[in-house]
Amino acid sequence: MSKKVHVQTTINGEAVDFLCEPRNSLLEVLRDDLDHTGAKEGCNNGNCGACNVIMDGRLVNSCCVLGVEADGCEITTIEGIGSAANLHPLQQKFLEHAALQCGICTPGFIVSAKALLDENPNPTEDEVRYWLAGNLCRCTGYDKIVRAVLDARNGA
Amino acid sequence: MRNFSYVNATSIEQVPSLLGRSWDDAVVMAGGTDLVGEMKDYAAVPKRVVNLKSIEGLDYIRQDDAGLRIGALTTLTDVLENSAVSQELPVLHQAVSVIASPQIRNMATLAGNILQRPRCWYYRSEDFPCLKKGGARCYAVGGVNTYHAIFGSGPSYIVHPSDAAPALMALGATVHVHGPRGGDEVLMDDFFTMPEMNIRRENILRPNEIVTEISIPKPEANSKGMFLKVRERESIDFALVSLAAQMTVVNGTCERASLVLGGVAPIPWRAVEAEDYLRGRRITEARAESAAEAAVEDAAPMPHNGYKVEIAKNLVKQAVQALAS
Repeated sequence: MSKKVHVQTTINGEAVDFLCEPRNSLLEVLRDDLDHTGAKEGCNNGNCGACNVIMDGRLVNSCCVLGVEADGCEITTIEGIGSAANLHPLQQKFLEHAALQCGICTPGFIVSAKALLDENPNPTEDEVRYWLAGNLCRCTGYDKIVRAVLDARNGA
Repeated sequence: MRNFSYVNATSIEQVPSLLGRSWDDAVVMAGGTDLVGEMKDYAAVPKRVVNLKSIEGLDYIRQDDAGLRIGALTTLTDVLENSAVSQELPVLHQAVSVIASPQIRNMATLAGNILQRPRCWYYRSEDFPCLKKGGARCYAVGGVNTYHAIFGSGPSYIVHPSDAAPALMALGATVHVHGPRGGDEVLMDDFFTMPEMNIRRENILRPNEIVTEISIPKPEANSKGMFLKVRERESIDFALVSLAAQMTVVNGTCERASLVLGGVAPIPWRAVEAEDYLRGRRITEARAESAAEAAVEDAAPMPHNGYKVEIAKNLVKQAVQALAS
């Protein structure tokens, strides 16, 4: 079988090396090999955004990125955004607005919203809704999610 | 997904030799948003994937007197955020703004968008060895053909999924191709191929050729453009029917109309009859309706997709009236 490839990345500020087969998606590598299980596998085809990570400053669906493509890249996953003791403002606002039900889509929404606020710290409601169009919530909590992101604007 | 070897290309010149004589040997990868899904679905099973993102200098948008040149690796986000595109090429700007989602636009490239493979559910399913995959039949015939072609006479009834391609074609863009014998330029109108010419692919590219640039001539001073897309949900959805329109209207009279429909045929579909009808005519509501009728004159819908004819007509009428006002 085709041999594994040595990939050097930076994940949440730390240098991380891994070996993967060319066919492994970045999501598979993160979850199965690197114990970063915050990114979720929803649709596994780029529709739902549950696997979102920030790669070299840009929000991507890690299920559509090959692990080998991450070579030389800086990646931020949900594990790199806040901690249990020190929540990111977005996480705090998601809690306050009860912007989640089952929680599967939540890491993707937080990473996606962070990428938006990094680029545009004061988005309008329209801008938030257009941006979050790539993240699906099947419990239908969109209004609360949008309110949480809007409320996190100044603190983020 | 079948495993494959992965190669980072470092120059355009190197690519043809890294690719093979057959599509089963090797394929190129840029943004990967289409290819990775295709490989997951076993619609593409290459032995080798050649990454183009490792080539320097294919990611640019340059403007000169002749128009705009966009490097093949330019992402859709970069096209969307470019001020020359939004100010001078609204048809392209609007088309790119309704492609997929921010995440996908961050990854996907403009060249990759026009090279997307069909979204046909039979093509994308491992269970259907259809014509496009070397099989014996098009399962849309006699199957569920809600999202299939209303133009063309087979033998495959896929629709071309790109939103950018109709816009680029309406603008008279040129595709720059690089192959073993060097570079070549092909008008968008001559780039895409119908199934009867090449059942396995949707354009003229050979397995060892790549797109390096898309160049767009500066539109006429008094021409205007717009892109309309009808889809089932407001984000991350392919067009049921789309229309890219670029028209030159002087004192209410149409001098030139460029109308290209998406989602209705195996290739971006130029509505030649409507363009011919409009040329030299003063635009009125009745004439916009006649143009719409002309656009679908040759439509031959399948049992489940007759609704596309009505949408196509409405889009043509709407765009012609809007661009004439």
